[in-house]
Amino acid sequence: MTWLVPLPVVIPLVAAGLALALGGRSKLQSIISAVAITLVLLAAGALMLVAHTQGPQVVNVGEWSAPVGISLVGDRLSALMLFVSAIVLLCVLLYSLAQGLADGNEGAPIAIYHPTYLVLAAGVANAFLSGDLFNLYVGFEILLGASFVLLTLGGTGERIRAGSIYVVVSLLSSVLFLVAIAFVYTTTGTLNLAQLAERIDRIDPGMALVLQVMLLLGFLIKAAVFPLSAWLPDSYPTAPAPVTAVFAGLLTKVGVYAIIRTQTLLFPSGRLDDILLVAAIVTMLVGIVGAVAQDDLKRLLSFTLVSHIGYMVFGVALANKAGLSAAIFYVAHHITVQTALFLVAGLIERRGGTTSLEKLGSLGRLTPALAVLFFVPAMNLAGIPPMSGFLGKIGLLQAGAELGTPLAYAGVAAGLLTSLLTLYAIVKAWNRAFWQEAPEPLPDTTVPRAMFGPAAVLAAVGVAFAVVAGPLGSYTDSAAADLQSRNPYIASVLVDGERGDGSSDEAVGDQPADAGGDDDG
Amino acid sequence: MELDISPALVLVLAAGVLVGCGVYLVLERSLSRVIVGFILIGNGVNTLFLIASGRAGGPPLVGTTPTEEMADPLPQAMVLTAIVITLGLSAFVLAMAYRSWQLHGHDEVQDDLEDRRIAARLARVGEPVDRADEGAADLDVEAAEARDETEETPVPPAPPSDQVTLDGEDPVGSGGNPTEPDGPPDPGRAETEEPDAVDQGAGDAGAPAEDTDDSGAEPPRREGDAP
Repeated sequence: MTWLVPLPVVIPLVAAGLALALGGRSKLQSIISAVAITLVLLAAGALMLVAHTQGPQVVNVGEWSAPVGISLVGDRLSALMLFVSAIVLLCVLLYSLAQGLADGNEGAPIAIYHPTYLVLAAGVANAFLSGDLFNLYVGFEILLGASFVLLTLGGTGERIRAGSIYVVVSLLSSVLFLVAIAFVYTTTGTLNLAQLAERIDRIDPGMALVLQVMLLLGFLIKAAVFPLSAWLPDSYPTAPAPVTAVFAGLLTKVGVYAIIRTQTLLFPSGRLDDILLVAAIVTMLVGIVGAVAQDDLKRLLSFTLVSHIGYMVFGVALANKAGLSAAIFYVAHHITVQTALFLVAGLIERRGGTTSLEKLGSLGRLTPALAVLFFVPAMNLAGIPPMSGFLGKIGLLQAGAELGTPLAYAGVAAGLLTSLLTLYAIVKAWNRAFWQEAPEPLPDTTVPRAMFGPAAVLAAVGVAFAVVAGPLGSYTDSAAADLQSRNPYIASVLVDGERGDGSSDEAVGDQPADAGGDDDG
Repeated sequence: MELDISPALVLVLAAGVLVGCGVYLVLERSLSRVIVGFILIGNGVNTLFLIASGRAGGPPLVGTTPTEEMADPLPQAMVLTAIVITLGLSAFVLAMAYRSWQLHGHDEVQDDLEDRRIAARLARVGEPVDRADEGAADLDVEAAEARDETEETPVPPAPPSDQVTLDGEDPVGSGGNPTEPDGPPDPGRAETEEPDAVDQGAGDAGAPAEDTDDSGAEPPRREGDAP
């Protein structure tokens, strides 16, 4: 079933080309995008099933065997990430299609929207599937390039202002990552993650620490972990609602995924775990305090996004199986919930004409459906008991208590406090937007029903994670176990311990250090 | 086989100088300097890859060069990829700098919303404002003089209030009719836009289609338009 693995990358890329060629015909474009993302969703779902039952699926691109060629690896972690992100991508796409239908597509640069969106999907999938550092870099660049275009869509003044900060910060993080890659190649002679995992134990520990710090720096910027998070709340809220939603859901999580992957596979000794723990604690607290201070709904949500990244990093930094499992669960939960909230914020903006909490009000009376739609994911985010946010948080707190160091307990305390403050910030927003009388009457508009649907589906998926928490929990448990033992990943990429499947096996020999490595993307 | 991995000093120095200059430039406020800095850093890192590939050798073709004398082809392939990516992204940033210049008359990266809010609050209570971009006032004067593409006076530094949108100004900024900023943008623009649109098209392949309506793929209002 390895043919499933490249599909999430290939389908959106091909569809992007088609959509670009059909630039003038927006209806056809919409169909292409919707079909492509649906196929990706199906492929990701199937991959998740296969990876769970048969172990990691590996494809050596172009039949070049593993350390030389590029390998794409779909293991439990990446398959789950792919699946959840495909759900989010599909919902956001339907939402933006409904929005386009409601407003008429004339005049909007929709011709560029669909291809870019598909390229973004391909980049995200490539980053999740990549079994090789340089290909991971290429995946990052694909999704960043697409995100630049989406963020500055239309080129209005505010978007250019916000976009320039985002673009410059992203470029810098990419350069850092590239430097790290050059260092890794110089010291180990390979970039294949599986081979790296074996070789990195043999290099000088000081140098290994340098590599770890360099890689982490690049990823921490992308994941928006304090103190490298200042770019996020400033740039995300200015983009169109669907774009903000998909960014909030996916882009930072790609960074988190990269952290999980490299921390577990390459640097299992955990020498930076304490620093990561501190970063996670500070991220949670600073982020949520920022959210409390905001009076614009989208900015508030962006700050909660930063804050909750802290939870995931906390789980990774605990570096025990329970922590990793809970972190993976939390990533899946948070992708859907945060995206749903941003989509609802877009609906609120349509209905109330603004997202400023000072100007909004009375929405609870005017659109009860919208009120419910906001309430459910909001409570889910804060972690109110029956929902998945609660389960994710309780898992993280348990893992922290299991580790039992003072720092871990500090993290547990910070997690509880953050959860409380999230509830406070969200309820404050809820009160002001839905319960209070509006200072001025809101414009008399309606929200197209078709836009409700995708947001409602996402909110429901967030809740559904709680319903399937048992199977999902055992899935993330085995994913975490895989990550910790490292063996399934390495053994499936390097089949005979030296090289992977492929037709270049006859070139096997005792090659010097510089013989391994990979091809470019 | 003995592997000679001691790097050439010249390459190391070149990489260091390139990255150093690049970092200096990236710390500037002007986007065009940032992009020059970014390109320098990119080239520095590419040089780093050359160092990573070890000593220079012959073409890595079996049968042409003995195995011991082959150059390592992989870093070269990676450098090639990195160059292409840098090129594409630079083109995008250049387009963005140009757009920023169109809209504001300069391409400085502006303070973010929170900074501006704090500055506004300080100004209200009468405290001296300690802003990072103190030259802002001069900048606008300069921009007013330097700007020649349209006769519109540049937009003052973004007001401190809530989300600042310049949607209203866009028709003007993109080369439209300067005397009627509030008029229906399309008729005026259809005539005056042509050369400008070509410029942009050349500048940013694949970037937001600026010659279409500026309200983005999100045709509904931005906050500026709210009643």
